Amino acid sequence: MRLLLRKARILDPSQGLDLEGDILIEGGRIAALDREIPPPEGCEVLEARGLWALPGLIDMHVHLREPGEEWKEDIESGTTAAVAGGFTAVACMPNTRPPNDSPEVTRYILSRAREVGRARVWPVACISKGQAGQELAPFGELQEAGAVALSDDGRPVADSGLMRLALEYAASFELPVISHAEDPGLSAGGQVNEGPVAARLGLKGIPAEAEAVAVFREVRLAALTGTPVHIAHVSTALSVEILRRAKEEGLPVTAETAPHYFTLTEEAVLDYNTHAKVNPPLRTETDREAVRQALAEGVIDAVATDHAPHSPLEKEVEFPAAAFGLIGLETAVPLTLNLVREGLISPLRLAELLSTAPARILKISGGTLKPGSPADVTLVDPELTWVVTEEALHSKSKNSPFLGWEMRGRAVLTLVGGEVRWRLR
Amino acid sequence: MGVDFPHRHLLEIGPLSAEDIWTVLHTARNLKEVLQRPIPKVPTLRGKVVANLFFEPSTRTKLSFERAAKVLSAEVLNFSARGSSLEKGENLLDTVRNLAALGPDLFVIRHGASGAPHFVARKTGIPVINAGDGFHEHPTQALLDLLTVWEKKGDFQGLKVAILGDIRHSRVAHSDILAFRKMGAEVWVSGPGTMLPPEREALGARVTRRVEEALEGADVVMALRVQKERHGRPLFPSWHEYARFFGLNRRGLSRAAKGALLMHPGPINWGVELAPELEDFPGQVILEQVENGVAVRMALLLLLLKAAEA
Repeated sequence: MRLLLRKARILDPSQGLDLEGDILIEGGRIAALDREIPPPEGCEVLEARGLWALPGLIDMHVHLREPGEEWKEDIESGTTAAVAGGFTAVACMPNTRPPNDSPEVTRYILSRAREVGRARVWPVACISKGQAGQELAPFGELQEAGAVALSDDGRPVADSGLMRLALEYAASFELPVISHAEDPGLSAGGQVNEGPVAARLGLKGIPAEAEAVAVFREVRLAALTGTPVHIAHVSTALSVEILRRAKEEGLPVTAETAPHYFTLTEEAVLDYNTHAKVNPPLRTETDREAVRQALAEGVIDAVATDHAPHSPLEKEVEFPAAAFGLIGLETAVPLTLNLVREGLISPLRLAELLSTAPARILKISGGTLKPGSPADVTLVDPELTWVVTEEALHSKSKNSPFLGWEMRGRAVLTLVGGEVRWRLR
Repeated sequence: MGVDFPHRHLLEIGPLSAEDIWTVLHTARNLKEVLQRPIPKVPTLRGKVVANLFFEPSTRTKLSFERAAKVLSAEVLNFSARGSSLEKGENLLDTVRNLAALGPDLFVIRHGASGAPHFVARKTGIPVINAGDGFHEHPTQALLDLLTVWEKKGDFQGLKVAILGDIRHSRVAHSDILAFRKMGAEVWVSGPGTMLPPEREALGARVTRRVEEALEGADVVMALRVQKERHGRPLFPSWHEYARFFGLNRRGLSRAAKGALLMHPGPINWGVELAPELEDFPGQVILEQVENGVAVRMALLLLLLKAAEA
């Protein structure tokens, strides 16, 4: 199949490109990229004027819930939501049932992903067996089976000694380690951000320090072991300051945040809205602003959604009984575009945050439109307006705090290896 | 009764204006007269059904609501979590949808989860009175406390109210702070550091680590029970130490203003938050609080059921 995308605004941070031009796709790869490419004979031509062509977006932090919690999401519905949101690849966290702490589970995930044939799936495996925080999982065998990174996401590694061992052992395989940074003693029983909103609702708070203390630990362990650490879902100004210092020191630390942390504040849970119950919790306006600045300045490297589907069984309950987490795959593009419209980041930086940086951190393919690379391409209409409704979402679960919001910007075409995996309408 | 009470539910103190609170207090005071009659029963709510849903243990609040409903001739359905299908694994939503199908006109709900009454109100649309949710609020307790203070002191303006003990886990303290401040009183809270709210979370109360400072010149002193069941991990080393350093006794109360009232929402642990010698303290109004509870709940049933009819 040959396809020519014509007159798109091409944004490729890997080549420093921001230009209007054409992209020729052939044999599943980017064949050429130039200001003007004459259409070869028999080639499908797509007029892309006004659209942005980005290296396929990569969500480095999602929960696909398969195996074990398929009533919330499965690999098919989750990767369908991914391509509909413009993501050509996702990295799925290991807190499934059973958790992804064995090569069998890793292989199962990869074989299901191949069968359903939507987005690429990069499994993240457990740091500790059963995510129990006691013994290391078999990193080597997991890598051999296809795992690209390690994390006990959803459960912090409480024991600093074990985290140190994990970094030292991961270094042998050059596997990135992703930290869900949380001090469980400080967050125990917490429901929402600690502060006036928690007090007003009579809910136990999770202080910003629960995250910051753990971020600081990971930064020092990265220094101690010389091994890179990636911090997941940064939510607080305190963490941003610690990361800023770490980067100034030249330590091998990277970080991601999620659109809900740069869009919403703790006010979203007023009225006991369980769709806004998430861990780490939505924070204050000061935190939100710090996270936004950190994205602009490069202190935070990537945007990932922490897509966490839950069904009404987990969400249509009294607030303290509700599960943490919200879905994000299909709203990340317009919410990140808001940062561009507000003048905080450039379109090129958006492509960096959502594609090139995640590829670099996870050391996976993608994040580029260089000729010769696989044709993972996302075409975005930055102006298209649409309303988030349950019907509009492809995820099996509808636990979005953005239901009813009017969004601006949407993926209109998602190509994975040159194949059309999503086309709007 | 042609009074205007613009609320469908009583979930928390926040949405009530001072005027709304005055309406409740005046209505309650008028209804107290009914309770003094030889046959304390009026037909006002005949044919109405009040469902008491108690998902947590309660003695006085549950009986108080039941008595209030019966004096007004309403039917009462009683539900308690123990022995119910909740123990068979039914979730809250299913439980209340089923109870809603029985056709009650109003739910009275106590639940261990903050926000549970809000959830039921949203899901069923039936008027809800919050009878205590988690460590969020207990608004009818605050209203009966207001009634008691109003009867004794005549007004709220300029009063100093001191609330002592486990402030952080007390839904009573939460509602009382909001309610007394709304009516013009000044509220101070004190207790052990592990049970105090951080300053920025004090809901407008003055926080002090020194119990004496809270007591100094107080017109109303309210002691709270230690909510040990909500702590998770121990927040103080022993009952003995608690009583010695944070319990209330005559010597402490001597700092309060002349004629100060001593209140407690119950149940009381004598010898812990209150020294036994305070049982005959002249300003002790603990049983009057209980009595006023019936009148306040009668007023609320009346106001909400009439508002729902309108």
